[in-house]
Amino acid sequence: MNIHEYQAREILRAHGVPVPPGEVATTPEEAERIAAGYGGMVVVKAQVHAGGRGKAGGVKLADDAADAREKADAILGLEIKGLTVEKVLVAPAEDIATEAYLGIVMDRGSQSDVIMVSSEGGIDIEEVAATHPEAIRKLAVDARYGLLPHQASALAYALYSDAKLARQAARIISQLYEAYRAAGCTLAEINPLISTPAGEVKAIDAKMNIDDNALFRLPNVEAMRDEAAEDPAERKAREAGLSYIQLDGDVGCCVNGAGLAMATMDLVKYYGGEPANFLDIGGSSNPDKVVTAFEIMTSDTKVKSILFNIFGGITRCDDVANGIVEATRRIVVELPIAIRLTGTNEELAVDILKENGFEAMTDMDEVVKRAVAMAAGTSS
Amino acid sequence: MSIFIDGNTSLVVQGITGRDGSFHTRQMIEYGTKVVAGVTPGKGGQVFDESVPVFDTVAEAVEKTGASASAIYVPAAFASSAIFEAADAGVDLIVCITEGVPVGDMMTALPYVREKGARLIGPNCPGLIAPGIGKIGILPGQIVTPGPVGIVSRSGTLTYEVIFQLTRHGIGQSTCIGIGGDPLIGTDFVDCLRAFEEDPSTGAVAMIGEIGGTDEQVAAEFVRDHMSKPVVGFIAGQTAPPGRRMGHAGAIISGSEGTAAEKMSAFRECDIAVAERPADLVGLIESRL
Repeated sequence: MNIHEYQAREILRAHGVPVPPGEVATTPEEAERIAAGYGGMVVVKAQVHAGGRGKAGGVKLADDAADAREKADAILGLEIKGLTVEKVLVAPAEDIATEAYLGIVMDRGSQSDVIMVSSEGGIDIEEVAATHPEAIRKLAVDARYGLLPHQASALAYALYSDAKLARQAARIISQLYEAYRAAGCTLAEINPLISTPAGEVKAIDAKMNIDDNALFRLPNVEAMRDEAAEDPAERKAREAGLSYIQLDGDVGCCVNGAGLAMATMDLVKYYGGEPANFLDIGGSSNPDKVVTAFEIMTSDTKVKSILFNIFGGITRCDDVANGIVEATRRIVVELPIAIRLTGTNEELAVDILKENGFEAMTDMDEVVKRAVAMAAGTSS
Repeated sequence: MSIFIDGNTSLVVQGITGRDGSFHTRQMIEYGTKVVAGVTPGKGGQVFDESVPVFDTVAEAVEKTGASASAIYVPAAFASSAIFEAADAGVDLIVCITEGVPVGDMMTALPYVREKGARLIGPNCPGLIAPGIGKIGILPGQIVTPGPVGIVSRSGTLTYEVIFQLTRHGIGQSTCIGIGGDPLIGTDFVDCLRAFEEDPSTGAVAMIGEIGGTDEQVAAEFVRDHMSKPVVGFIAGQTAPPGRRMGHAGAIISGSEGTAAEKMSAFRECDIAVAERPADLVGLIESRL
């Protein structure tokens, strides 16, 4: 799950990280009011679940409250990587002496959380990583012991030679790690971590990605989910325990298992079609899940045919067959359907489908070819 | 022969009385796996299906039955605890089927398992099957047949698909293993490839990857540098859309976006034949055996 910058700032503040004030506005007028309250220059930042905001024009400095209103007007409604900006964060502009990078990421390679710091922070940090990676210092944390004080200190001194700044940075690095673990993060980033001319170290930006699997025991974090920032169909799928991502094609794909779902989409493309979606109904499927899957696929008006590819293991083919029958009873499905079922309780499933006028296939390539032909209108 | 399990493997099932645990215990027994014990805290003393004694703890199960391997079918919230318990009890092999385990839990469980000298497969995996010998996990027994092909995969059902197609064409398998789709797993591609290279019954290997991470790239280099047996590959997710990535840390740490195209070219550079579709694996394997 992604959370917004302003939410990540709240989590950091709760762990003691010095984060300057900031408030969220959904209208230009609100942004103006907030800016007037701070007085002076403010920064207006798009709150959207996508990176590259600055380069997309989603972060602007404003001279005063009136200017903040104009800048908010320009940013609200902006589209960044396909997502519409609904909220902006308005925060006082800080005096910046230096910009550093501080990030923690769950690293599959080393099977640990890796803390990364660089004194060359800012929006070009990936450029730094590519051209002179030695400017980025990394530390793999042993989660059993957590981040040890001397480790945090060593990272901090890699950022600042001034002991006063380094001591503040060491505390922030430790606090960020605590926040990262406590909020079930797979990524937490402060970019930039600034020092001010007055010698203070502060976080003026924050990003966090949360492990979906940890949310069941983190109700406070789950409450930060911004449903308005989610695609409605994807939300409906999530709530039903399905995994769905809408694409631009016309062959609706319903598959059990993420790997097989992706391979099915790839095969649709291979045979000249375009997948309309990724949809994994998961294991232990019950007929209700299949009904929801149907509703989601048919709500996409681009879809011209529906493809089921089920390899029963934990998933029982008869459950899926019952779901297909049930769905076509509850909702009118005018689209052609191509079904492939193999594995656990396959014979039962084939009988159920036959009794209800459906044909079931057993070969993956054949069913994909058929669904592609159906979408193209060259088969019925 | 086979990798990681053999005819002597004796199994304790953690979560044996649960819905998934009981169903798959019966399937494993039917396939010939020696299931010697089950564990459900509070149900010690019961006997599962009139044949398998149930204990309150894994330690007791191991002590009384000598179980050498464990299969975990407990809910996600308790999965890492079950892994710790199995490692502590001294089993050699732990297969965790459970999906949805918080990645932060695995951060501490993985080094613990390693220190105890156990091998963990998974979590979020279908387990493994040695055709004609036994299985641990949920891989359907009816689709496999004994033969020379080792299969290692990050997927569940896509693995079944590949096995099914090979079997239909009369090509059998030595061991099929699903290592799991989670970011943190106990046994990776390289561990399996190394075992297949050493396994006399394996003549060729099919490696099935997915988008995300760089495990396939690392595995490809291992194949180039350390394997004499032919390896063929498939990567799922060629049509997956690029994610709306937040933050820079992921790209900084791996220097990779983990796309199918990147992985397929890494395979080709390391002399691993790449199948465009799962069905093409059959021909690629056949011509290399």
